[in-house]
Order: sequence, then structure tokens, then C-alpha cells
Amino acid sequence: MTIACGLPPRQGLYNPENEHDNCGVGFICNIKNKQSHDIIKKGLQILVNLDHRGAVGADPLAGDGAGIIIQIPHKLLAEECSKLGFDLPEPGDYAVGQVFLPQDNAARARCEKAFETVIEREGQVLLGWRDVPVDNSCLGESVKADEPVVRQIFIGRGEGTPLRGAFERKLFVIRKQAHHAIWDETPEDDHANFYTCSLSTHTIVYKGMVLSGNLAVYYKDLADERAQSALALAHQRFSTNTFPSWELAQPFRYLCHNGEINTVRGNINWMAARKNSMRSEVLGKDLDKLWPLIGDGASDSATFDNALELLVAGGYSLAHAMMMMIPEAWDNNPLMDPKRRAFYEYHAALMEPWDGPAAVCFTDGRQIGATLDRNGLRPARYIVTDDDHVIMGSEVGVLDIPESKIIKKWRLQPGKMFMIDLEQGRIIDDEELKNSLSDSKPYQKWLDATQIRVSELPDDVAPMSPDHETILDMQQAFGYTQEDTKHFILPMATTGQDPIGSMGRDTPIAVLSDKPKMLYDYFKQNFAQVTNPPIDPIREELVMSLVSLIGPRPNLLDPDHAGGQKRLEVRQPVLTNLELEKIRHIENHVDNAFRTYTLDITYRAENGAAGMEAALEKLFAKAEQVVNEGHNIIILSDRGVDGEHVAIPALLATAGVHHHLIRAGLRTDVGLVVETGEARRVHDFCLLAGYGAEAFNPYLALETIADLEGELDGLSLDEAQARYIKGVSKGMLKVFSKMGISTFQSYCGAQIFDAVGLNDDFIARFFTKTASQIGGIGLDEVASETIKRHSDAFGTNPLLQKHLEVGGELAWRHRGETHAWTPETIASLQHAVRKGDRDEYRRYEAAMNRHDKKAMYLRGLFELKGTGKPVALDEVESVDKICKRFATGAMSFGSISWEAHTNLAIAMNQLGGKSNTGEGGEEAVRYEPGPGGENLRSAIKQVASGRFGVTAEYLVNADDIQIKMAQGAKPGEGGQLPGHKVNEWIARVRHSTPGVGLISPPPHHDIYSIEDLAQLIHDLKNINPSARISVKLVSEVGVGTVAAGVSKAHADHVTISGFDGGTGASPLTSTMHAGSPWEIGLAETHQTLVMNRLRGRICVQVDGGLRTARDVVVGALLGADEFGFATAALIAQGCLMMRKCHLNTCPVGIATQNEKLRKLFPGEPAHVVNYFTFLAEEMRKIMAELGFRTVEEMIGRSDCMEMKPAISHWKEQGLDFTRLLTKPVAGPGVAVFNSETQDHGLEKALDNDFIKQARATIDGGKPVRINAKFVNVNRTIGTMLSGEIAKKYGKAGMSDDSIYIDAIGTAGQSLGAWASPGMTIDLKGDANDYVGKGLAGGRIIIRPADESPLKAEDNIIVGNTCLYGATSGEAYFRGVAGERFCVRNSGASAVVEGVGDHGCEYMTGGIVVVLGDTGRNFAAGMSGGVAYVFDANGTFEAHCNMAQVELEPIAAEEEAMQAAGQGGDLEAHGMVDISHDMTRYDAERLRGLIEKHYHYTASSRAKEILDNWDEMRGKFVKVMPVEYRRALLEMQAKTSVAEHEGVVTSVGGQ
Amino acid sequence: MGKPTGFLEIDRHDRSYQPVNERVGNYDEFVVALKDDELTNQASRCMDCGIPFCHNGCPVMNIIPEFNDLVYRDDYKRASEILHSTNNFPEFTGRICPAPCEASCTLNLTDHPVTIKSIECAIVDRAWAEGWLKPKKPKSRTDKAVAVVGAGPAGMACAQQLARAGHSVTLYEKNAKAGGLLRYGIPDFKMAKSLIDRRMAQLQGEGVEFKPNTAIGINKPAKALLEKFDAVVLTGGAEQPRDLAVPGRDLAGVHFAMEFLGQSNRRVSGEKYDEADILTTDMNVLVIGGGDTGSDCVGTSVRQNAKAITQIEIMPKPPEKEDKLKIWPDWPNKLRTSSSHEEGCERMWEVTAKEFISDGNGNVKSARCVKVEWTMADNGQWQMAEVAGSEFEIPCDRVFLAMGFVHPVHEGMIAELGLEKDGRGNVAGNMEDYKTSMKKVFSAGDMRRGQSLVVWAIREGRQAARSVDEYLMGSTQLPR
Repeated sequence: MTIACGLPPRQGLYNPENEHDNCGVGFICNIKNKQSHDIIKKGLQILVNLDHRGAVGADPLAGDGAGIIIQIPHKLLAEECSKLGFDLPEPGDYAVGQVFLPQDNAARARCEKAFETVIEREGQVLLGWRDVPVDNSCLGESVKADEPVVRQIFIGRGEGTPLRGAFERKLFVIRKQAHHAIWDETPEDDHANFYTCSLSTHTIVYKGMVLSGNLAVYYKDLADERAQSALALAHQRFSTNTFPSWELAQPFRYLCHNGEINTVRGNINWMAARKNSMRSEVLGKDLDKLWPLIGDGASDSATFDNALELLVAGGYSLAHAMMMMIPEAWDNNPLMDPKRRAFYEYHAALMEPWDGPAAVCFTDGRQIGATLDRNGLRPARYIVTDDDHVIMGSEVGVLDIPESKIIKKWRLQPGKMFMIDLEQGRIIDDEELKNSLSDSKPYQKWLDATQIRVSELPDDVAPMSPDHETILDMQQAFGYTQEDTKHFILPMATTGQDPIGSMGRDTPIAVLSDKPKMLYDYFKQNFAQVTNPPIDPIREELVMSLVSLIGPRPNLLDPDHAGGQKRLEVRQPVLTNLELEKIRHIENHVDNAFRTYTLDITYRAENGAAGMEAALEKLFAKAEQVVNEGHNIIILSDRGVDGEHVAIPALLATAGVHHHLIRAGLRTDVGLVVETGEARRVHDFCLLAGYGAEAFNPYLALETIADLEGELDGLSLDEAQARYIKGVSKGMLKVFSKMGISTFQSYCGAQIFDAVGLNDDFIARFFTKTASQIGGIGLDEVASETIKRHSDAFGTNPLLQKHLEVGGELAWRHRGETHAWTPETIASLQHAVRKGDRDEYRRYEAAMNRHDKKAMYLRGLFELKGTGKPVALDEVESVDKICKRFATGAMSFGSISWEAHTNLAIAMNQLGGKSNTGEGGEEAVRYEPGPGGENLRSAIKQVASGRFGVTAEYLVNADDIQIKMAQGAKPGEGGQLPGHKVNEWIARVRHSTPGVGLISPPPHHDIYSIEDLAQLIHDLKNINPSARISVKLVSEVGVGTVAAGVSKAHADHVTISGFDGGTGASPLTSTMHAGSPWEIGLAETHQTLVMNRLRGRICVQVDGGLRTARDVVVGALLGADEFGFATAALIAQGCLMMRKCHLNTCPVGIATQNEKLRKLFPGEPAHVVNYFTFLAEEMRKIMAELGFRTVEEMIGRSDCMEMKPAISHWKEQGLDFTRLLTKPVAGPGVAVFNSETQDHGLEKALDNDFIKQARATIDGGKPVRINAKFVNVNRTIGTMLSGEIAKKYGKAGMSDDSIYIDAIGTAGQSLGAWASPGMTIDLKGDANDYVGKGLAGGRIIIRPADESPLKAEDNIIVGNTCLYGATSGEAYFRGVAGERFCVRNSGASAVVEGVGDHGCEYMTGGIVVVLGDTGRNFAAGMSGGVAYVFDANGTFEAHCNMAQVELEPIAAEEEAMQAAGQGGDLEAHGMVDISHDMTRYDAERLRGLIEKHYHYTASSRAKEILDNWDEMRGKFVKVMPVEYRRALLEMQAKTSVAEHEGVVTSVGGQ
Repeated sequence: MGKPTGFLEIDRHDRSYQPVNERVGNYDEFVVALKDDELTNQASRCMDCGIPFCHNGCPVMNIIPEFNDLVYRDDYKRASEILHSTNNFPEFTGRICPAPCEASCTLNLTDHPVTIKSIECAIVDRAWAEGWLKPKKPKSRTDKAVAVVGAGPAGMACAQQLARAGHSVTLYEKNAKAGGLLRYGIPDFKMAKSLIDRRMAQLQGEGVEFKPNTAIGINKPAKALLEKFDAVVLTGGAEQPRDLAVPGRDLAGVHFAMEFLGQSNRRVSGEKYDEADILTTDMNVLVIGGGDTGSDCVGTSVRQNAKAITQIEIMPKPPEKEDKLKIWPDWPNKLRTSSSHEEGCERMWEVTAKEFISDGNGNVKSARCVKVEWTMADNGQWQMAEVAGSEFEIPCDRVFLAMGFVHPVHEGMIAELGLEKDGRGNVAGNMEDYKTSMKKVFSAGDMRRGQSLVVWAIREGRQAARSVDEYLMGSTQLPR
């Protein structure tokens, strides 16, 4: 394996494979291919202006890497080479390689020699070497040690290579072979630092661990005036680590990638799997020299580049290759041109998508272009100037180009491509580019001839379901429990949904369970956090696809006549019994194109557990044999299970066969279908898919439904089975989307799982390359568990004669799975805190900590050995001090009742700890002392993806602001507060409408990457500079790396949550199977932070299932500074783990809004205070015994723990905590606990000056007008100022236009975030992403500069995700906005002249007027507010997501005018009272807003509409959420009744 | 869970009793079962708690949420299967269990627990009525033989489990019929004895050989069992009553409660007995001891037309309502009024008898009683003291000592075998394996545990059977 040099080797829990990077990217080119040195200078300048998108680690001079691709500067090189004594031929006839070489002379010589040997062997000519002049005085000390020697190698075209194209291919072959020769065949010291940045006849890459501003200092070539290029593609890296890695700096040979490939493991596997089936006409025998194609262990971007190179070398054009690797969402897109659709569908069988957020800029020196992923999850803006330059970048305004010279401002849209052909001298847009490719071959014809759909195969007969007894035996053999039927299969069969549950998981992980667990239980789903976003598979369904292609894949490198190979398609991978039979008998149906072989995966039970290994080997050999015999579909079947035959776990068989066939290079020759009785829960199917199954038939789950026929609520069996399959499919989509993966095809084989409790040998053999941190069981134990189930099923156990095992995972049961929270532990804790009884509390802890007898958690297997020098109890720090480190978990007011929420706040404030608002806002009354003087304010304010109630006032009233990236119980998922929990009160706090359900999106729409997170941290720090900014992450393998990135993104605090955290409602699939134990995540985090020297500047908190003093001590020893408790604190105040939070029926008044039930809330602040006090007292005792006087002394002392010597359980034998308990080596002076502060750079903010100028105004003086010039590096403008206003005036702010900022230029990201009432920002120019984020009453006006020649309504003026989470205020944008305009707006009004995809997504309030086109998926998840769209062409409906809204015409004004006295509302600066009738008066409201738009921006579009109002009104469409209208009408009815009865009810959002 | 909001919509409504005047004229059961629709409603009140405290509160761990749901769905057959998977004799517990499950029901936080006991009873009654309950013969038999000594609920449960595991089981009983205290202690009006006969019939159908009138250690040596059987389980109950050593204790008319109740039950069932009649007709009755046995004395005396009945208890009167938040889900000490109390009786607390006074003919005439008070000492122990000058007399022709049982009768079997005893005089053994100090001898139920509930006896019998099976076979599939 080749890990990039510079990265440390795997140690402890740190693994370099988990590194992530994201970045700033940009290019400039001259369309007419006019070379100049200026282009290079400007390219470098782009980097400098994107500096804030990169990161600086512990060493301020060491960035994360930067680089640039330019055309080969022939003039410079020719002159320099001739000085060296050799002459360069004409451009095109020679190549230059930019090579990193070892410092050691001998090693370097060996590398050079190896390179030269290959050149000669491939028939090319070595022209010479040149030392690249560098100046390393600008390098950071930490980087210098790894600095390579940079040399250029010049290669001339050999005589046997007449064509330039062939020469390029030879260069590729040379580079690959040189790489393998040096990396694979020389000692490590030799190849350290060897790396070829580029080897091309057209381009050259200069890159390194250099701050972007120093690139031209380091590489003197770049500063040399003789260096000229017509293009410059530059990249600034933001890596999660701080380790110097020269080669992972970008650009790579063809591209820069801003993004992340979520499916990279699968993509690598599939590339390897093609070895046998790949042939290339153009590469011929050279193809064999290229393997392995992909340098495993490099970054995902580097891997992507490897694959792209191959495709290009194999004959695809750059654009064609990019379309294959990053296809648009074609499957569910009715708007797509059929030819293009055919293109994508055809290529789907050739290559699985490289899925993930991506902005890729690519060039081969002749063309330069960029493409965006299907979701548009990265920003990419470009401008075209009147002197033939195109400048593209992650941001607009990266170069100071006079507005008068700009003739086009636009953005790259989701799934779109954009290319400049320098040789043709013109821009080729997406439409033309893709149409020409789609037209180039008869793809539809090929498809028609080759694509076979299972649904269209002739009917077959499926076997009949057996009788109840047989089904019961089968169920037991496959480990079914009563919970499988009751909580999974039956609900799915009746509702078609993956079932929902609440509260967290408190059962042992599989390896610590006494029960024979299914192999599935040993795997935890991965999920996206920070470095890429999860997706919303429901509201953004258009990008999702479950299409699966079963069977052999065509030759990847045969672009021209691949029309011969048949392909088998299913719409989704869960097959009915009938569909499976169709596939089984396909040979007879489809011209013998397919031959299916059913492989029995059972073996004789009498061979016992020991027999499984031989059975597997036999299976693998047989699989290989049948493929070689020409079968191209394998069905792995366990239908043969009976009393004498036991099945190999289907997952094991699937993964084993999949990997075996990959290793044999045969995998793409055959399709893999699994016919199994084992899979039944969503998680099971995800695993089968993740390890290679292209389709599956869960026959036993389907037969179970048949067996439950009496309980199907009257549904027919067919319907119930169809619903079950639908439930599985939807559940699977949700699991994919948690990782940000959109398609089954790219999920298939992608192995998006961590293993917990499986040993390395087992993993390496069957689940190759899956992460597994703590060892565990292997094949013997897996087999034993299987045999146990089998003998139970066919044995005589009286309990199992008529019934399944109880299960007891979801609810505590006798004979069921063990739980931490039991009747005893809950009762003793509650009795203890209510009576104030310490002895009872100790009994509680003893019961909880019964780890020596039965280890339920990893920490139960730790022995606390301490320092060996106990201290006296009175030397240990006080309870008070300890309690300051305690916080309660994020639970929103809404998910829990007012009583429960405030009780926690009061208690934590009494203790000096902190409570957390959760994501539901907080009422201002809580900022004042309560009736008894108690403090009701939650110290931690959470900012979650829904941004409910996140106002300036809320944020300035925080000690900590916590960004919830993920939640332990359901990482990677959004949330939903059902309408019945949204009463008037909660709606008020959340700025929404009573009775209307609220959706929190899975991602924060302003965090798609690490640099986005840095931006949000910066935003929040601006609004409240004194608050700590915290980021909440969930434990999974790699979380430490993410935490390192978070620390580099300047978070002050990070929370690592265990998977066992609680929830108000979550799909059980998530609660049970996503995320890892906190012990693993915390240890990895601490180790990685210390290694990166980032630990001191961030406070680490752990939460998720902390219950006792011992838990807290273990947390500290593993590296936590602070500790969070949610479930335990809830239980202290009365929670009984009813697990009914999602039903609103909590009988103790906690997780309910039912008034009758709320009265039953038994908690008092004293109960919670007692709990934490008792806990801290117990902690002190343990600390004294261990020899620690303070918590600080304990932090990170993992050396004071060891694995318990006496292991009590057979499954625990293989566990190995060596990596977990590794104490990272901290160099001298490197902090190992939180003791430093972050540098947030707030002193650079323009706001410092604004506040100075506005100080008198804020203090009560006259309105002020401030003049300013913005450039893109000025970020979060106005926010610090708004914080000052909010601190003084709260939500009400100041009177209109008190502070008027009159500006020109290009604003950086987050202009006017959380701007308060009284502020107006009036900008002439344009702005980047996140304008008006969280707008809280201010006004933002953006219009083109006076001198701009642009037609405003045809050009982009603001970036993506504007007005996200705005609660009030106004915005007027004269121009088009990017994607996700007004996402989750809950009260602002905005006028804009066009929007991108997903406009008004999740909106719950406010008014949006769009005076132009919208992108797709408008109004997805929109549950409140209204939008008016100017639908000039009548095409709007096709772009609107109609799931929750209806479209209405705008009624005539006469009707509206009847309502006298309503007009004044619009004067109230967007504070449109929702009790004001949004169901009517549209024309007046709309016209009023357009008039204001014209007034503020002088919009010609507005004028045109106003001038022709009567005609234009008819072209507007009102978008009205259905639920919202219903709720408004109900409120009106209620109000009128109340008035009639003389009662005043307050309703509405204010 | 049938109906998530059931508990919010439907009030608790439990079985009722026939009116007092109708029921005291006979010894028949007088509980009025709930109708089917009422049961459906009551079952729907179950919240299917994430942690079903009832399930833990129940000594046999009845899987209560499941059978509630099945009753709600009108699937009594499966409900019966689930119920019998934890409880061999739910018709016993469904009638006479004090229902700790209901005390620990989450809805008992507001004093409206689900009517679990009535639902349990309805399930099993329906199961018998429908003919679903038949002997379950083992699929194969072992060559092991086990003796179970004592055919009370522990012995019956143990015998049934062992028989179903395929062993040859002989169940010895010193009385003429099976049932132990169920038959000879609990009056028929609380539980009809035909229920026991029906179960015994089932046991016999499963191969249990019943040997009545065999008092091991008295008319058959215990050692003989050890020779003949591979294992012996002692389930002989805790029948040594607590005595009151006060002057006049030996006067005629002063009896242990069990003397009175046992005879009454025999009389009702037509079983002959040798002792002289102990009747209360037209007499003043004093019951000493405020527990269930005392209550049964009251109800039986009522049916014998006693003149007046007084029941005294040495402990203080418990509170009407417990401090829920500090006690739930544990069993609360609170004032309980039994059906017998309703039928007519005066109850006194913090009273103890100091002397029984003779009428001069060797018959008791009255009891001299005194009030006591309880204080907590510094060491946290409760201490009792007589209240000076509070002595008073209660006229009584019959006195029944119902102050509980101290331990098993030691004479006979226990003495013969020389078994170790625990500190309270019970046969020593733990709840993991129920083994006694003697090889292959096990003990369960009150004999091991001391006096307790029927439901505990069933649990111990079941669990001891599992241990015996494991001892005999090396492994076991019998559930705990």
C-alpha cells in the first residue's frame, strides 16, 4: 500500500486513510489561447484571495498545500535547457515531467535511474534533467523536513511513436511504470518523496506545502516573466490534518477537485475488479503495464485523477470521461433530453458514479473546464470579460476586474459542465458539450438492443410460502426475534416506511452481547459529517436512484462499439420471489445472453462451526469455476436451510465471493444476486449492497408477511409485500444519503461501514479494507453463533417451539438483550435523587457498573489502574469545580416540554454547568430571572440544520454556540417535529406555524465541506465574539481526523458523541446501526489532535451514554475535557425510557406537549442537582484512588488504563484495545488538554470600523451612514455590528435605517448574517454565498454596479444558500441567485430575479418573490410562507416539487382592496404578521414588494412588470403550502371563535 | 401496542365483586369477570413501555405488554401461549396474586394501572374454556427419575417443567390432594379448588405420577427417595406458623389460622378430617395478624355467621396512599382492604394481645390487648413500646393466630436428611441453582424462600426444574 509520504503511518487509532481535504479552487484562461505571464500571476492571485478557504495548522508557515497547473512555459524551459546543454524540440514533441525526488543523493540517483530505464524501454528519448529553482526560506519548519528535491525531466518523442496522441499515452505508461518501479520495488527510504506531479506535453504542475501566497516565491519559475501560459488552474487545500504531504497538494495531472468522493472504496474495488474484462485498442498491451491502476492510500481526489487519466488514455475525451465519472442525475429527471438520458443510462453500466460533492476543474492544456456534482454541493462562479478572459473560482471577486469589463457573470449549476476550448477559441456550454457527445453514438439504439429490464421478462412461477411451522423454524435459523416481526416487518408491510422509534440504544455492542448476534450487527453505518453533506432523500429525491444493473459489465475502455453486451436492469434491488425466478430462468428467455447459476451457500449442519471455513472455500472455488464456465449471474442462495443444512451467513458469503472475484479479476464478468432468508431489516440490505450484491431476494421476510396475513390491516398480500419492499428501498436511500451517496450503483460495493468487534484477519479476508479498530471475533465465533441459531431452530427448546426469541433490543425484556437502563437502575437512580440518598445512589452506580460481571460497553473491559500513587480525598478538587465540566445534552423545547426543558436549565445553572437549548430556539423570557430568582437561560445555544429560532438575540445570549453536525442516535439524518407537537407556543419560539410539522434538513445547507464549517464558525464568532463555538460530531472511524479539521477551522470546542445517544424520533435503522461507541471516537480524536499539535486550542467534550462517575473518569482518561449527559439527566428528572417520544404520549410529561401529561412531570431542579453532585462525589473518590487531584491531570492518561486481564465472555477473547489505549506522544510543549485559545482573526473584520462609526447611534444617537468597499475576503460583513445591536436591543433591534451601510464591490461569504432591525446594507456589486444567513430583521439590497454593462436579470448577483434560516427582515437582489435560495426561511421577505435549484426548500414562513426562472425542485419540503414566481413561459410547474404545495393564480386586486387597513403590514420591513391573511390579498402584497424592489434596486425587470401590471399579474403563480393553508384557516376559525367568546388568543409568528 | 393513546382515553375499570349479601351465603368465587369489550378496552390502556416495569415487577416475568396487545387484538390463543411461556398456572395468580405487576405498572404513577391481573385471568380462563390447554407430552424421554416432595404451587410447577423435559417425575404430597396452601389455606370463595384438580389432571397427562397421603420423612423415609431417584426437589412449603407465647395460649378456642382454614376447606370440599370442628357460628372472633391469612379467617368466619369479628395488627396503620415518587415501581406499603374486610370486620392497628383470658372452663373468653407505638431508634431500627395504661379487652370465643409462618417444619424430612438451613430456618439454597447442602437434593418455593406469594412459588419451581435438568443432563433448554 502506498500512503502519501509526509503522513505518519497508522498508529493508535490514527489511520492516514481517513484524511480528508476540501479546498478553494479557481482558474483563469484566455479563450483565444493567448499566452502571457499575466495569466500565471492572476492565477496565483486567485489563490491568495481564496486563502480563507484553506487552512493553517499548528505551524503558521505551513499551509495544507497549494499548487497551479499551467501550460508548459516553452520559452522559459527551452532557454533554461539549452543553458544546461540540451535543446528542446517543438512544443508537442517533448514532454516535461515535474518530479519530487528524495533529498538523499544516492536514493535520488536510484529514482532517476529507474525513471530513465522505463523511458528507454518504452522507446522514448531522455532529453535531460533540470533542477527546478526553489527558495525554501518561505517554508514552515514542519514542512522543510519533508521537502523534496524538485527536478524536471524532459522526454522527447521516440521514433516509433509517430502520433502525438500515442506519445501522450506512452508518457502515461512511463509514469505508471516508473512509479511502480520506485514505490513497489525499492526500499521505503528510497521512494519517500518520489512523486511525479505531472508528465505531459502540454501542462505542468507546480505544487507543494507552501502557503498560497508563497507559491511563486518557492518556485522561481512562476515568477519568471518568461513563463507564459494561456491558462492557470490553481488550488488551495484545506486538509483535516497538519501533516506535510507534498504530493497530496493539488492540482493533480489533469484536475483540481474541491470535494470528496464518498464512494471511493467501492470505486477502487470496481476498478480493480475490471482487470480481467478490460481491453483497450489504443493502449493494447501497454494496458497490462498500468496495474495497479490506482495508488491505494492516496487521497480520494488523487484516486479520481488516476481513473480519469486511464479513461483519457483509453480514448475518451476529457469531457466524456467526466460525464461518466460524475454523471448528472438522469434517472428521475423528466426534464432531461432523451438522448442525453440515453447517454447516461448507457454509460451507467460502464462505470459506477464517483459519488460525492465535487467541483472539478480540469484541463489538458488545450481545453479547460469544470463540472459540478449532481447536487451542486460546491460553489463555482465564473465571469467572462470583454477581453476574452474567463475566470472561475469557488468565489466571485477573486480578481479585481473592473465591473465595466465583465460581460457575463454566472455559476456552474448542479450536474453541469462548462468548457473553454482554447484551440477553437470559444466557450462551449453544457448544452452543446453534452448534446454533441449524446449525439455522437446511437446510445438509445444500443440501449434498446441490450438493456433488459427484469420487469419486462416473461412471467414465471414463484414457490408457494410454506406453513407456519416451517416458517418459524426458518425464522429461528436466521435469528429472527419477535421484534423483527413486530417492530420491523409488520410495520413496513403495512405502512411502507422504515419504522421510527425513540430514545437511544443502551444495549451492548454485538461483540459484548450474550445473544448470538447476526453478522450485520457487527457493522456500523458510516455517515457524512463536516467534510461532505448528507442528502435529503425525500425532499431531494430527484438526485437519488436505486437502479441496479445486474450482471457482467461491458469493457470500460471500448468507447466505440460497446453495443453488443446485454445488461439486466432492475428499478430497485429488492426482488420479489417472482422476479428472482425470472432471473434464475433468464437463460431461456433472453437469447442466452445471460446464464444464471444458483450457488447453494448452505452446508451440512453436522460439520458444525468448524465446517464453515471449508464450506466457504468450496463456495469461492465454485464461484470462480462457474464464472470461468461462462455463467454471468450468480445467485447465492440459502433456501436449502433445513434441519440438516445450515447456511453460511449471507453477508459473509456475499462479501467473500465479491472479494474473491475481485481478487481473481472476474468480478465484472458476473452479476451477484443474493437469495436469502437472513436479510430483513434495512441495515441488512445496505450491508449486502455495500459488499457487492447487485440485487437481493429476501424470501423469508416476504414469507413472514404471508404468515402474518391476519395482521395486515386488511391489505392484500401482494400489496403488503410491495409496501415492505418500498419500505426497504426508502430506508436504503436514507442510509445512502446519510453518507451523501445518491445512487445504488455507486453505493454497491462501496463498503460504507466500520466494523466493531471483528478481528483483522476476518476483515482482511472477507471484508477487505473495512475499518475495524478493536479487533474481536473471527470466523470461528461467527460460525458458532450461526450454528447456535440453527440448533435452536431445529432443536427442542420449549420456548422456541411456538415462538421466536423475544429479542429485547428495542424494549427491555426478560430473557432478552441486556440493557443499561433497567427497572432497577432507573428506580434506584430516581429514588436516590428524589430522597437525596447517597447510599441509594451508590447502589445505582454499582448496578450500572456491573462491568466486572457482565461487560456491556467497551469501557467495562478497561481496568482503571491509575498512577499507582493514590492521593487523599481532600486533596482532590471540589465538586463545584468538577460540575463546571458537565453539560446536559441538546434537547429542544418542542421535543421535550417546557417543564422538562427549564428544569434542566435551572439545575445546570445552579450547578455551574451548562444546559443546551437543542434546536428549537429559546424564548426571550428565559433571559430574565424567573419568579424565584432562578436562571432559566440555557448556556449552550444549539445551531442545527433547521436553524429554528436562531436569531441574533438568541446567539448573543449564549456562552457556547454548538453547531450540531450530527446526533448520536441518528447521525447524518435530519429531524422532523410532527405537527401535533407544534403548538402555538412552540411555533412562536421556532418562528413557525402551529400545527404544521417542521423539517430539519439532513445537512446544514451552509456546511458542505470543512471550509464551509470554518465559515459558519467565523459567522457565529462574529455575532457573539465572547461565546465558545462548538461543533458536535458523532463517533465513527475517522472522526479524529474530522475533529482535527474542526480544530483547524477554529472551533473552540468539539463534542464527540457516542452512537448510543438519545433521540426524540429516529428510524430504528439509525438508532441501532449508525455510529460507533464514544470510547473509540474520543480516543481517536484525542490521539489525532495531539499528533497534529491541535489539542491545546480546542476543548473536547464527550457524550452519549455517560451514566456514572466511572464513565466520566474513563472519558477523561481517554482525552475529554468536558462531559455531556442527556438520557441520564432526563432519567434523574423522571424519564422512564418509555420510548414513546415520537408519539407525544410521554406519561411523565417530558417528551410531550399534551397539557394533561405535562402536568404529570415529576422533576425538580434538585433532582438533577443531586444527580450531578452525587456523581461528582463518586468521581472524587475514584480520582483519589487513581491518584489524580484534578480532572486536568487525568485528561488523556490512557496509560492509566489497561484491558481487563480476566475476560469473562467467549466473544471477548479477540478484542484488542492496544490502539484504543495508545497514549499519543506529545512533543515538548505540546498541550494535551484544552489550554490555549483559537485565533479567530476577528480583528481583520470591517465591522470593527463599522461599530466604531455606529457606536454613537447604538448608544442612542442619530442614524449613521457608513461608506465601504468590499472585496471577497471581507466575510461576514455586518454581523459583529448586529451582535452589538442585539445585545442592547434584543430581537426588536433599532428603528429602520438607523445604520445604513452604503457599499461597493464584491462581498465575501455571509454578507449580513443575522443582521438586526435597523441595519441596511446597500451594496452595488455582487456577493458570494450565504447572503443574509439567519437574517434577523435587517435589510439587504444588492444591485449591479452603476458602470456594469450586464443585463442584471440574466446574470448572477448572489451565491448559494442565501437567507438560510432567516427569521425576519428584507432582501432585494437585482439579479439571479444561486441554488437553495431562502432555504428554511421562516420570516424574511425577499425579491430576486431568478433562482437556482431547490429554491424555498424547507421554508416555513416569509415571502419570496422570484421575478424570473427557477431551477428544479422549487418548494421541496416547503411547509410555510408563500412564494410568488413570475412564470413567463408557463414552465414553472415542471420545476416545482408539488409534494407539499399547490399553485394558485394571483387573484384580482379588487377583491384584495376590500380589506381596508391591511396594506400597512408591508411597511413593517418584512415582519409580516402571519395572522395577516396569507391565504388572500396576494395581488396587493406582491405588487407592494415589487414596488419596493424597484425602489431599492431600480430593477428594469420590476419596472417592466409594474408598467404592465394587469397583464403581468396573470403570469405570476402563487406557491402555497397545503398544510400551511390548513393551519392558517384553522387559526382564523379559532381566532374568530375566541373573539366571539371574548377571549383573546395570541397566534402567529411574532 | 394496540392503541398508543388508549391510556389517555379510557379509564381503569377492573373486575367487580358480587354484592356482599349475595356472596357470603356460600363459598363460591364472587369475582365478576370483565366482558370481552371491556377487556379489549382495558388491554388497550397498556402503553407498551420501552421498559415495562410490570414485566420486572412480576416474579415469573410475565411478558405483559405482549399479552395485553394480543388481548386488544382479540388473539387469546397466542396470548395464552405467551402467558404460559412464563407462568405454569396463571389461573391461580390471576385470582389470588396481589399483583406486584400492577403496582409497578407505569400507569400506577397516577394510581390507574392497567388491570393486568384481570387480563391474565381472562386469558387463561378462555384458554381452558376453549380447550386449548392440554397435556404437553415430551417428544422424547430421558432415563432420569425425579422426586418432587410437596404438591403446592412450587412442586406442581417444578414437576410440570421436569415432566415436559422428559424426566419421570413422582410428586409426593402428604395431604390427600394436591395444591398445598392453595387448597388447604386459601378459601374456595377466593379460588375454586376445581382449578387445581384440572391442573393436576394436566400434569398427570404429562406423565407426573402423583403420590398423595405420603409424608416424606414421616411415613416414608426421605433417604428412600435418594436411593430411588436421580434427583429430589423439596417443595414442602413453610408451614411452621408463628406462635404467640402469651398466657392463655393453650385455652380452647385459640387456634392457628391454618387449623381453622384447612378444616373449613376440607369441609367445603367434602374431604373428611379427624379433628374436632372449629366453627365460628354466632361467636365473637378475634383474628391476630393483619395479613392475607387473617383476611381469609375473616371471610370464612363471615360465611360461618360469626357474631362479631375483630382483626388486630401489631404494626401501624399504613398510609392510604404511598409516596409514589420515592417508592414506585417497588411494592408499596399502603392500606389494603380485602373483599373479606368489606364483608364485616373491625380492624385495629398497633395493637397486640398480652393474654388470653379463660371463661373458667378452659375456653377462651376474651383477649387482653394493649396499644403499642413504634419509634425509630438512632441506629435507624424501628422499636416498639407498649403504651402505658392503654390495655383493653376484646371479647372472643375464637382466636385465630394469623401472624405468618416462620419457616418450614423441621421435624421429619429436613431433620432426617440433615439439610443445612439458612439464618431464618429455611432450607439453605440459592436462586441460581436451588441446590441444597446435599448432593442431588434441590429445594424451591417457601421451603427454601420462606413464606411468600404463590407467584414466587411458581417461579422457584420452574427455575429449580431448570437447574435439576441441567444437573441431570449437563445442559438444559428449560427457561428460567
